[in-house]
Amino acid sequence: MDMKRDLIHKLQQNILMWQGYRPTVAASSEQIGLGVIESAFPGGVFPKRAIHEFITVFPEQAAASGGFIAGLLAVLMDGGAACVWVSTSRRLFPAALRAFNADPERIIFVDVKTEKDVLWIMEEALKCEGLAAVVAELNQLSLTASRRLQLAVEESGVTGFILRKEARKTAGSVTAARWQISPLPSNAEDGLPGLGFPRWQVELQKVRNGNPGSWILEWAGDAFVEVAPLQKENIWSEDRNRQIG
Amino acid sequence: MQKRYVSIWFRHLLADWQLIRRPELAEVPFVFAAPDHGRMLITAVSPLAHNFGVETGMQSADAKAICPGLEILDDKPDRPLKLLRGLGEWCVRYSPFVAIDEFAMDGLLMDVSGCAHLWGGEREYLKEMVSRLKSKGYNVRLAFADTPGAAWAVSRFGTVTPLIPEGEHMEALLSLAPEALRLDTAVLLKLRKLGFYQIKSFIGMPRSVLRRRFGEEFLVRLAQALGTEQEVLQPLQVPVPFQERLSCLEPIKTRTGIELAITRLLEILCHRLQAEGKGLRRGVLTGYRLDGKVIQVTIGTSGATHSVSHLFKLFQLKIDQIKPGLGIELFVLEAPQVDDMVVPQEAIWTVKPGLDDQSVIRLLDKVAGKVGQEAIRRYLPATRYWPERSLKTANAVTEKRITDWNTDKPRPTELLRRPDPIEVMALIPDHPPKFFIYNGVQHYIVKADGPERIEREWWMDKGEHRDYYQVEDDLGQRYWLFRSGHYDGDQKYKWFIHGFFA
Repeated sequence: MDMKRDLIHKLQQNILMWQGYRPTVAASSEQIGLGVIESAFPGGVFPKRAIHEFITVFPEQAAASGGFIAGLLAVLMDGGAACVWVSTSRRLFPAALRAFNADPERIIFVDVKTEKDVLWIMEEALKCEGLAAVVAELNQLSLTASRRLQLAVEESGVTGFILRKEARKTAGSVTAARWQISPLPSNAEDGLPGLGFPRWQVELQKVRNGNPGSWILEWAGDAFVEVAPLQKENIWSEDRNRQIG
Repeated sequence: MQKRYVSIWFRHLLADWQLIRRPELAEVPFVFAAPDHGRMLITAVSPLAHNFGVETGMQSADAKAICPGLEILDDKPDRPLKLLRGLGEWCVRYSPFVAIDEFAMDGLLMDVSGCAHLWGGEREYLKEMVSRLKSKGYNVRLAFADTPGAAWAVSRFGTVTPLIPEGEHMEALLSLAPEALRLDTAVLLKLRKLGFYQIKSFIGMPRSVLRRRFGEEFLVRLAQALGTEQEVLQPLQVPVPFQERLSCLEPIKTRTGIELAITRLLEILCHRLQAEGKGLRRGVLTGYRLDGKVIQVTIGTSGATHSVSHLFKLFQLKIDQIKPGLGIELFVLEAPQVDDMVVPQEAIWTVKPGLDDQSVIRLLDKVAGKVGQEAIRRYLPATRYWPERSLKTANAVTEKRITDWNTDKPRPTELLRRPDPIEVMALIPDHPPKFFIYNGVQHYIVKADGPERIEREWWMDKGEHRDYYQVEDDLGQRYWLFRSGHYDGDQKYKWFIHGFFA
């Protein structure tokens, strides 16, 4: 009986390895800087050989996701590696990435006309081992397309990020994690006037073999910092559909 | 090697061209005429009309009086140039260096050094050209000589032989009329007045005397004909140093055949590039089809390379655009743009990946082949404050930034391509808005930073400066707003949203 359990445990570990997760032993050196959130992933390691999906509905969320990804890119691109950012309607302002420690000049932007081209380029780029990460802005992602991307990733080890603009079409995809980043009111230090560090509600809606959860995170100038949840004050404004006047 | 030139003189360029287009004119004397100072002057004459005594430069009314059945056609000023350019491009098959005779505008000059033996000698070479041009319908005279000037002279005025052997062009010139030297009419008249009917009667005179009498231009022309002065010709097609051609015994129609041809050409070209330490940046493959059409595909690389397999992959993406039709008989592969290439040493240990990583460069080439080079951009900081212009695109993968990224002022993660107008309520003079309406949604501003004033670049464009505010609404969403210009009495100021912060 014991042998059987051992065997099954080993097989499960193998499956995890193939899906891009590393065992905990090798993990200590592979921190991505997300702190607590990393423990939500199997083995406590942010899966680099995987596709991460970011759901953005409002442009504010897209901006927040952009900042969050830039913070991750800073770690992934550490050591001089390059990154490819593919989009059909890009609004990302490269100069802002510097504030998240990412080096904008090592990001290659490809602006194409159709989503088909985005997928083609993303797949080709994910196969390229010289890159650290590939970011693609997509509206729709079919199951087949996401499988192809995952296969490309497993071969090369390049991290893939997909920024999806149409959250309503969250039809099944085989991405390793589904995130949603929304902006939260910032908190300036010592009650000073003005804006504080960017603060987000980071929701990990789906993790393969992990535990989904929700955290509040702040980009504290040079690293992500977890923040304890604040008391909400004005509830009435939660309603997004409120009318003018 | 001794330089050799061929001059082709189209005796009736326009008339022959018209006869090819309209064979029914063969029995009709016709001329071309263009308006000049309110009358019609004849610019070109057909051989038949010439027999009646009609000359260029006559008035069309006079010509009609001499030759009653004369047909007068309209001429366009740049038509000879166009015709010559087309004929010159056709003549590239005989020599890569073809120039238009710009003095008389009725002929071509070709540098044929080292070309004639390909046709089995100069005589056969000339014969081939004359017969091909004649069969097309052009009445031509050709001459072969050591200098363009001598070739020009012999083709038009020579009476003995069109083939002037090496080093004998001076003897050939001696008995010709001074017109053969391409001189101005004024100089020619003067020469005639003084009784110089042949070149030999003045060629031995001291240069100072000739210069005083006939001017510097005359001496230059004489020297060009004799070869003591180099004549600069402007080639129709600038020769590309890295060019390989592959002519096929059988016209090629299949994909496999085209692939083989590309590989063969790439192997030769890359071998040359490698030997000279260069790498290809742009490659053009031209296919000459059996039916006279020319097809062309272009590839570009983001970094210099001479790897056959990589370049072949880039061409492979384009093979679908090559339509062989009846078959392709000649492939030409050119590298119009090459760069110096540092051959990387084989790395024993893996180096850090980066932008100049070979796999990245190959990926970019592949992407550029699919969606075009202009779709790929990389940004470097520019030393300008105006947000839309604070970035510049890098030209090459290896280009480094000159200035640092500016991080002391906040910049939004997402920047709108064009600022969108918003409605706001704000205190004057310098307060951030209390709330604003964007896309029909009201945002109540809780926190704000600013203003950061950015002036327009007055030397480039006129307009108002912008006062930027970084604001956060009650939901924690952060925006970049600005007010265009100062407040003034007539409420002309406007507010815009320009970006979203993370």
